[in-house]
Amino acid sequence: MTVLIYLVPAAVSLGMLGLAAFLWSLRSGQFDDLEGARWRILDED
Amino acid sequence: MTASAAAINAIEDVSFGPAASKRDWAAWTTVGADGRRRLELAVDNVDCAACMGDIERAAARIRGVASPRLNLTTRRLTVALERDDADLEGLLTALDAVGHPARPFDPALARGAASTEMRRLLTSLATAGFGAMNVMMLSVAIWSGNVTDITPETRDFFHAVSALIALPCIAVAGRPFFSSAWRAVRRGGVTMDLPISVGVTLATAYSFVNTLTRQQEAYFDSALMLLFFLLCGRVLDELMRRRTALEAETLAALRTDTAVKIEPTGELVETPASKIAPGDLVLVRPGERAPVDGVIARGASEFDLSIMTGETTPVAAVVGTEICAGACNGSGAVELRASRPASGSFLDEVERLLRAAGDARSRTRRLADRVARFYTPVVHLGALSTLIGWLAAGADWRTALVNAIAVLIITCPCALALAIPAVQVVAAGRLFRDGVLLNAGDAIERFATVDTVLFDKTGTLTEPERRITDLADIDPALAGRAARLASRSRHPLARALAMAAGATENASATEVVERPGQGVEGRVDGRRARLGSPTFCGVAATKLAAAEERRPRATFIAYREDDSEPTLIAVEQRIRPDARDAVAALRKAGLAIEIISGDRPDAVASVAAELGVGRWRARQTPADKIARLEQLKASGRRTLMVGDGMNDAPALAAAHASLAPASGVDVAQVAADAVLLDGRLKAVPDLLAISRCARSAMIENLAFAIVYNVAAVPIAVTGHASPLVAALAMSGSSLVVTVNALRLRSARAVSGGERRLVEARA
Repeated sequence: MTVLIYLVPAAVSLGMLGLAAFLWSLRSGQFDDLEGARWRILDED
Repeated sequence: MTASAAAINAIEDVSFGPAASKRDWAAWTTVGADGRRRLELAVDNVDCAACMGDIERAAARIRGVASPRLNLTTRRLTVALERDDADLEGLLTALDAVGHPARPFDPALARGAASTEMRRLLTSLATAGFGAMNVMMLSVAIWSGNVTDITPETRDFFHAVSALIALPCIAVAGRPFFSSAWRAVRRGGVTMDLPISVGVTLATAYSFVNTLTRQQEAYFDSALMLLFFLLCGRVLDELMRRRTALEAETLAALRTDTAVKIEPTGELVETPASKIAPGDLVLVRPGERAPVDGVIARGASEFDLSIMTGETTPVAAVVGTEICAGACNGSGAVELRASRPASGSFLDEVERLLRAAGDARSRTRRLADRVARFYTPVVHLGALSTLIGWLAAGADWRTALVNAIAVLIITCPCALALAIPAVQVVAAGRLFRDGVLLNAGDAIERFATVDTVLFDKTGTLTEPERRITDLADIDPALAGRAARLASRSRHPLARALAMAAGATENASATEVVERPGQGVEGRVDGRRARLGSPTFCGVAATKLAAAEERRPRATFIAYREDDSEPTLIAVEQRIRPDARDAVAALRKAGLAIEIISGDRPDAVASVAAELGVGRWRARQTPADKIARLEQLKASGRRTLMVGDGMNDAPALAAAHASLAPASGVDVAQVAADAVLLDGRLKAVPDLLAISRCARSAMIENLAFAIVYNVAAVPIAVTGHASPLVAALAMSGSSLVVTVNALRLRSARAVSGGERRLVEARA
């Protein structure tokens, strides 16, 4: 079971990556206007 | 012509030109993080995605305006200013041209925009979610390993990794609770945050010690899950509050609290009303509202005080007359010298009553606080007696302490803390769709217990604008000529006439002279014509009295051509179309209804008779209205006050629960618990019905959470609360509470408000 010594930290750091991505998107204001974002992807420019 | 009259004419000349007053833009902008000046605008009529492109493209074409971005959720446009001479007037004109009139936000009033609290909570929530998931992944392995063949080394390793994840995550995620509990403790109070903080801290510390001493069990997952569920509740709560704040600010900005300030140089500058200092001269044009309290320095007019006193007859104003903020100017442009509200003045009186009334209401305790007050000491005493009990029974220190901590963990008010916010958010969302904006989450609890409804008349039961009501009785040709003369005046009554008779400006009268405070005079189709107050047109007093008796609610204007007999035209605030249905629905549901107004008795009586309301009071001052509320309260009634005016504001703050239409004054909307967005009175029975459903859902949730905890405590006291049991108990109860709240969402369709109201009472 020694493989767990690598695998568990690897799994946790992947999770941390996800957390960091979420916190970054939160800080850069991507959740400020969910209503508008839904339509903006249809906008051509 | 006297000097003063010449000055007034000069004012009128400049003030009616399109670009006569310029805005003091520096006062409206803020400096952003990147050093550029930013301007935030509330934009009207934004209801579809196509508007977004139109607005942004229109704004991008303006000189000096960069990166315009419309937030479709808040209906606000933010632009950055690239240079100091950005053409912001042009921006407003361009937006107006594409059908979206916009108004800049007064930075002093934009509180809701600062979303730091929301971000802080979301950061905590994300951290707690991350921690809970990863620790749970390890915990499940340990739990299944403990009953099979996990090696102690592997378990210790998993515990160590859990501790590494959990400690920083709990530090970040628990911050909102720790700081709030600490603040409460320093004030000597008790909130739900205290048992939460104690529970989380003890669980973490105990688990950490267990990890170091290589024990079998750790509660890191419980602590993190608890924080995660609680933060969900907090985020929901904040979400609701933020939406309310944003919506209220947008409403306020679109109603423009701007003032046209007259600089000493004679220049006219448009500024936020909050930037007017005592002593400043302000121009109030016909049809505008006085932005501040003041004394008339120049000019004469008449002011409509109905929004403040409920009195529908306009009041004449000359140099030296005191005017309070919110009064609507009638016929003439006037210069107002801003003053502080003099002690004893109307506004001062309103403010004083408002403060006193608000204090009184904050004393009615919320459901959640009442539960917290008895819950916290009971839980802590329970944990203490567990400790003493185990010691007395001869157990060692360690076992006794472990079981006491288990009691604290299992009773952590997770479901309790979710029980109310979850219901509030679902109910608020539901009400928002029905056109009711809640100012306070706990208002739902108060709306639910209402048994008496007090309506203001002017602007609440009646429509806020005045309309010509007897146009059909007047000869159409004569009415058309009157309307053409009226279209040249800025007086609100003349506007109403012009609109009702459909006059266009280009076929209007000639040689028009506006006589401030009296009326307008001119030539229509070769006839000399006068439109204005009945005395200005020479109406006999007996004729006027007879007409007033026939239409007790109306104000009269008159129209006269050459020397012919003058014609009286009635202008009145019509009863809102759905007022009768709303009143009937409320009465059917068994609520007592009363009308309480500042207007004349005959006017109030006629509205009461039309709506079938037996109890009414007229000529009520703000203090009278409060006195009536106190009287009702003393007789054990819980009163809902519905009103829109300045004179209603103290009563709105003092009532058990209160409601204001969106057309009312700011003060009223701030004082009320909820705002009727589209002014439909039909929403009142709906609101009460949904609140009642919501309140019963809250009580069910609280009862469930308490029963759950009571059932779980014996398990903890007897020392059987393994981490697995704690985790199941916690997530299970939270889930049940949330699902119960979501039931409200799918409660029956909106239209049958009256039926639901009856059912909810049964």
